Amino acid sequence: MNKSIRIKKGLDLRLVGGIDSGAPRSVYTPKVLAVVPDDFRGFVAKLEVKEGDSVKAGDPVMRDKSHEEVKLTSPVSGRVSAIVRGARRKIERVVIEADGNNEAITFDVKSASNAEGLRSLLAASGLWACLRQRPYDIIPNPDATLRDIFVTGFDSAPLAPELSAGIDAQHARSGAKALTLLTDGNVYICQRASSAINFDGIDRVVAVDVEGPHPAGNVGVQIANVKPVNKDEIVMTLDVVTLARIGQLLATGRVPYSTTVALTGSEVATPQLIDTIIGADLAPMLEGKLSDTPHKRIISGNVLTGWKVEPDGFLRFPYRHITVIPEGDDVADFLGWASLSPKKMSVNRSFPGHFLFRKRFAPDARILGGKRAMIMSGEYDRVFPMDILPEYLLKAIISRNIEQMEQLGIYEVAPEDFALAEYVDSSKLELQKIVEEGLEYLRKELN
Amino acid sequence: MKALRKYLDKIKPKFEEGGKLHAFRSVFDGFETFLFTPRTTSTSGVHIHDSNDSKRTMIIVVMALMPCLLFGMYNAGYQHWLAIGASSFPFWSLMLYGFLAILPTIVVSYVVGLGIEFVVAQWRGEEIQEGFLVTGMLIPLICPIDTPLWMIAVATAFAVIFAKEVFGGTGYNIFNVALVARAFLFFAYPAKMSGDKVFVAHDTILGLGDSAIADGITCATPLGQIATHAGDAAPVVTDLSGSAISTFDAFIGLIPGSFGETSTLCILIGAAILLFTGVANWRVILSVFVGGAAMASLSYALQTPTYPASMINPLDQLLLGGFAFAAVFMATDPVTGARTHTGQYIYGFLIGVLAILIRVYNTGYPEGAMLAILLMNAFAPLIDYCVVQSNIRRRLRRANVKK
Repeated sequence: MNKSIRIKKGLDLRLVGGIDSGAPRSVYTPKVLAVVPDDFRGFVAKLEVKEGDSVKAGDPVMRDKSHEEVKLTSPVSGRVSAIVRGARRKIERVVIEADGNNEAITFDVKSASNAEGLRSLLAASGLWACLRQRPYDIIPNPDATLRDIFVTGFDSAPLAPELSAGIDAQHARSGAKALTLLTDGNVYICQRASSAINFDGIDRVVAVDVEGPHPAGNVGVQIANVKPVNKDEIVMTLDVVTLARIGQLLATGRVPYSTTVALTGSEVATPQLIDTIIGADLAPMLEGKLSDTPHKRIISGNVLTGWKVEPDGFLRFPYRHITVIPEGDDVADFLGWASLSPKKMSVNRSFPGHFLFRKRFAPDARILGGKRAMIMSGEYDRVFPMDILPEYLLKAIISRNIEQMEQLGIYEVAPEDFALAEYVDSSKLELQKIVEEGLEYLRKELN
Repeated sequence: MKALRKYLDKIKPKFEEGGKLHAFRSVFDGFETFLFTPRTTSTSGVHIHDSNDSKRTMIIVVMALMPCLLFGMYNAGYQHWLAIGASSFPFWSLMLYGFLAILPTIVVSYVVGLGIEFVVAQWRGEEIQEGFLVTGMLIPLICPIDTPLWMIAVATAFAVIFAKEVFGGTGYNIFNVALVARAFLFFAYPAKMSGDKVFVAHDTILGLGDSAIADGITCATPLGQIATHAGDAAPVVTDLSGSAISTFDAFIGLIPGSFGETSTLCILIGAAILLFTGVANWRVILSVFVGGAAMASLSYALQTPTYPASMINPLDQLLLGGFAFAAVFMATDPVTGARTHTGQYIYGFLIGVLAILIRVYNTGYPEGAMLAILLMNAFAPLIDYCVVQSNIRRRLRRANVKK
């Protein structure tokens, strides 16, 4: 009998353009790919390659400044065609042109039978960068003692694909077994009962069934409801796709860079699944697959936490979801605040659309209002299933009061946990940005 | 609509930095965002936002006040007709009289308040905020009908500047702005604002009504009559024609009182709108009534002729005066009230208790709701502080138990 938790607060947004069981599936083999260090919070990039270098799949392209053994690796064999830098020479991305030879590094996996060996294998393979830790929601410090490891088995975000569908259960199991080396605690795997992978019989691997609306799939919510993080404790987090990649690396010695991307959203002609490589360029991948609307927003990820990418951009971490919605900056919405149009999506009962329980909405990217001080109370609470007072935590963050941030639970949260609150906020505050900056401030002040 | 949009886009540059009309930027912004939802798209965090915004929230509150406003118009006319000893009460004449009687007050309240808001927004370089839409409607509704306009202007200006803008504007104020305006009137002009004259309109307006008030008519509100009651018998409140006011009359609201506060029925309609749309917090409304009922029952059980108001039965206590209006429209102000769930129960309960306590045991103030809320506004952060501390302690205990 699995342990089970039930999330009560939250919200499932009903959007147009989801993947259904009959969705078409295609393959896209990218010519150009990019590794973007910004995808890996806490990673300060140092280059391992120069423009023009040739690399094999698995070769390091960047290392972390503070933990040099942690690398980001090339997903294909090819040539480094560009190193794009932004303000203050910050590395924005390393662009790699694939040569089609499919040469790949084979890692020595025999040494990974103990914690030290597994850590260095994961660090060198680039998979360590796909892991996160609480507090701070950054790449885990390889030297830290981990209390537990939490794996989320599903993505509950709007239009998100089912994670467990495309992965090999055996790889996930061996990945989970390996991760128990890294902690004296448990490896918790939180899944939907309907799509659960069986982890029975592996010592210190605990499967948890999770019920309830988004953000039930957020690993932070799962931790808070299973075994919350206290001060001075560190918990590692990952998703089940990464878990299976670890298992596959251990089985084959090669890092799996293939990924299945769900192409969703109201501006997608036919929502579909695309088998491709992580970091793939989007323009050719999406060509002919989108609607004709002139102003579109392409999001690598879901509408709540994804990255806004340019049409010539690249697939960003966690490399599994693209959503395309209207930008909406060309809409003239007369007296929008008084509208009773059923097309408007809202949690507020003054909008008729709220009662159309089967209707799906196609919202655009407008913030639909003006920025205000926090006026309404209790808005965030309704979608924040943790024993935390989100409003007070946010105020502590804004006032940079470290003691209060700690007391109110800053170590338990990640920006993504505030995404729904940011969506429902009638004062239109940038909550995720506030939390992200707060976490960064705290990390700088305390380390 | 397209033509209007085009016109706005055409004149917009004049209001921007360096434009001829830059001094009116906040006014232009205010009107533009009022007419058209801003086209600003998200630049960080979530890519989609809920359609609900602060403008809609405020407008819903104004809509919820409409039943009280309309009833107030009718009642203002009705009371005047009673006062002049009329025997027939033509509906449309009463409505028109009431409308004309309140219109100047509403206009003055909005012009003064919004004027200050526009100036401050321009000065701070901020967007105009819509909080005053509600305040500007509340002020006429909680003042007696015959309050001189200049007093409304002074009180509104005082409240907006000293209760709101000095704290940082909408969302930062500590005290309910409308109640500060009311309290300012109450304490600054006690002679004008109390007694029995001010609650019933006395003048002829555009030939409607009559300025000759019939002899021997007392225009005192029920609570005013109770406060001045003497003797051992329970006070019997009467309306302008001298007949007793029943509990049902108090519920319907055809009695003298502040313009929009008399009809508990209309207030409950407003409460239904606020609760249905989720704008007002049911915890606060419920606990204000529970607290009021508890205190009213207690004082009724310990009734004494020294405090004539203690002889009113608890139901009437809740129906008379501004109690219900305060519970629904004032206590629920999210900015000045408690913001945590537990805090909201305590906050509301204490408002209810204090409102009746002041009303009954301080004969100087016939009505206690205003003072109770202002007092609890001051204590709301303390209540929340205690609730937040208990959350912090729970988190600490959790950490310690484990080790």
